[in-house]
Amino acid sequence: MEQKETQKPASIKVTGSQSVIKSLIEEGVEIMFGYPGGQIMPIYDALYDFTDKINHVLVRHEQGAAHAAQGYARATGKVGVAMATSGPGATNLITGIADAMLDSTPLVCITGQVGAMLLGTDAFQETDVIGISMPVTKWNVQVTKAEDIAPAIAKAFYIARTGRPGPVLVDITKNAQFAECDFQYKKCEGIRSYIPVPKVDVNKIDQAAKIINEAKKPYILFGQGVILGSAEKEFRAFVEKSGIPAAWTLLGNSSLPTSHPLNVGMLGMHGNYGPNIKCNECDVLIAIGMRFDDRVTGDVKRFAKQAKVIHIEIDPAEIDKNVKTEVAVLGDVKESLPLLTERIKTNNHEAWIGEFKKCMDIEYNQVIKKDIHPEKEGMTMGEVIRRITDKTKGDAILVTDVGQHQMIATRYFKFNKTRSCITSGGLGTMGFGLPASIGAKMGAPDREVILVVGDGGLQMTIQEMGTIFQTGAAVKIVLLNNNFLGMVRQWQQMFFEKRYSSVELINPDFITIAKGYSIEGQKVTSRTNIDNAIDTMLNHNGPYLLEVVVEKEGNVFPMVPAGCSVSEIRLE
Amino acid sequence: MEQEYTITAFSENSIGLLNRVTIIFTRRQVNIESLTVSQSSIPGISKFTIVVKVTQEKVEKVTKQIEKLVEVLKAFYHTNDEIIQQEIALYKVPTEKLMSSNEIENLVRKSGARILEVTPDYTVIEKTGYKAETQELFQKLDAYGVTQFTRSGTVAVTKNPKELLTEYLKELE
Repeated sequence: MEQKETQKPASIKVTGSQSVIKSLIEEGVEIMFGYPGGQIMPIYDALYDFTDKINHVLVRHEQGAAHAAQGYARATGKVGVAMATSGPGATNLITGIADAMLDSTPLVCITGQVGAMLLGTDAFQETDVIGISMPVTKWNVQVTKAEDIAPAIAKAFYIARTGRPGPVLVDITKNAQFAECDFQYKKCEGIRSYIPVPKVDVNKIDQAAKIINEAKKPYILFGQGVILGSAEKEFRAFVEKSGIPAAWTLLGNSSLPTSHPLNVGMLGMHGNYGPNIKCNECDVLIAIGMRFDDRVTGDVKRFAKQAKVIHIEIDPAEIDKNVKTEVAVLGDVKESLPLLTERIKTNNHEAWIGEFKKCMDIEYNQVIKKDIHPEKEGMTMGEVIRRITDKTKGDAILVTDVGQHQMIATRYFKFNKTRSCITSGGLGTMGFGLPASIGAKMGAPDREVILVVGDGGLQMTIQEMGTIFQTGAAVKIVLLNNNFLGMVRQWQQMFFEKRYSSVELINPDFITIAKGYSIEGQKVTSRTNIDNAIDTMLNHNGPYLLEVVVEKEGNVFPMVPAGCSVSEIRLE
Repeated sequence: MEQEYTITAFSENSIGLLNRVTIIFTRRQVNIESLTVSQSSIPGISKFTIVVKVTQEKVEKVTKQIEKLVEVLKAFYHTNDEIIQQEIALYKVPTEKLMSSNEIENLVRKSGARILEVTPDYTVIEKTGYKAETQELFQKLDAYGVTQFTRSGTVAVTKNPKELLTEYLKELE
């Protein structure tokens, strides 16, 4: 009889820094984004020996590292990794970490820290990054001993990717990076105090099924939970069997193809007309993997009060947080949705869906037609987006920045595949787009990655053009330039008597800037050239900047003004 | 309607967790009336006892947020009639006031307090009870000049015959 292999693999002696890199390799990390500095030099030194295993992308600012890691994570479903030094390096990561926290993006951030002996002495580049990052991380930890590094990283990856994903931060003191320890990697498989996925209660499924089967005007709202749970197939099966119209939140976009007959459009402040007003007309509201953000509900006191709400959700803290539920189905959607699909009747709700269609006709005539087939001279953002999405046939990954262009792009871009809409939702971080598009392209090199960005947001992280230059990441940048901070200007026009306070931008020549980084590009100012310019961009082998000068004072509609009910949505 | 709730949370004993817990209250503009953290009956597990005056809706949300923390095993909230709660108060009075009449001694006897230490200069009195009771004794003693007064936060056990966490840990297994 063969002897069973019970012996554990022998441990090897390594430095703490080598332990960091080896742990990352054990977790399957192939790409990471970072920026070196004093207190993380030993780890960068260890990285030098593993450049064949890990591609470290040197960004131009740590915020860029965090956003690039987010873009990578959102495009691939893997954990994004960002690394920075102590003090300013660590604080520069914070915006990206906060963004990842609100948008449930799995990130592991590694920061260097001053030696343990110097902690609390106000040493050079010492900052309490544990304290600073606490409210914006799912978990964080400071490691002061080399032997604690591997277990901390194992735990970090486990926490970042399981349950409702989120960012974690591991702060490693310099002495721990230098010290020697035994290395033997053990992946984390569970933590006593942490239940990432609540068990599905079949009774709740039965209750939900009963309500759905009796519903006359049921309505599905779906969010990023469908994507995070890799439950696109299960979700589609549920939608198709139930025949219920389904609308997406900003982050749920692309998990159901745009062309799907039951995909009725976008929720929220600048979402579609029907999807918004029908929240207040349906009899049953089925919320799947979404959290009733205020941008979705408008005035929550006047949101879906008539409806029985079923909330299918992985995070117990989201239940009844904003909207009271009739039935809460906790658990992983990939597990709960098939159980629910089994129990519901095959149905169709033709008349009810017809109401959505009528709303879409109204919106088309009052808003969409003007946006995508404008008759005025100035170009609209909508017509540019539509041309790009038609030419890429719905197969591209869309990355956006934040503002008017973001809403227009997410409204008019079409998607065939999931994980194709990467945008900063919860935090609304201007400057997210450019670095996130780099991460997305590196995570999905075979796909076309289109970044749609405004002239304001581009300049918040424009230095990452340097990262594009250095890596050759073939991102197609579409700059919709109106020389304004457009969304703020729109609000000033609508709610502040057109007092345009600090919203006009005197802009540089973006094409020349791009040229400085050897990024090809062209500027288009008239409709007659736009088609050719888009073709040139798409056919170009490598990164490209297409600057489109759009009308200065275009507004995004529909709009649910802040504090209003979704029923009060404005079409102009 | 706002009322007093006692939140009890059981957590792993780790650095920084207190901070993570209090941030949850700070962010939501909830004032903590009292907070105690100590080792629970289960080795390695700390017990938080937090008293807040809020609405039922608020306490429910806050408790969920606490339980969401990776290192928290379980969090519960209770109204005052669901728990037995006590706090301890210490009072320091000049010994000469104690000696000059038997009034302080009477107060101590009647209120079920006890004298912990007597020195020529000062006397330390201890009283365990509800906050209202320790407060009442403070007001009475202060007539004679309390030179120092301190009270612990509330500690509480539920009226449930079993430790909620023990049941929960069994469930986990």
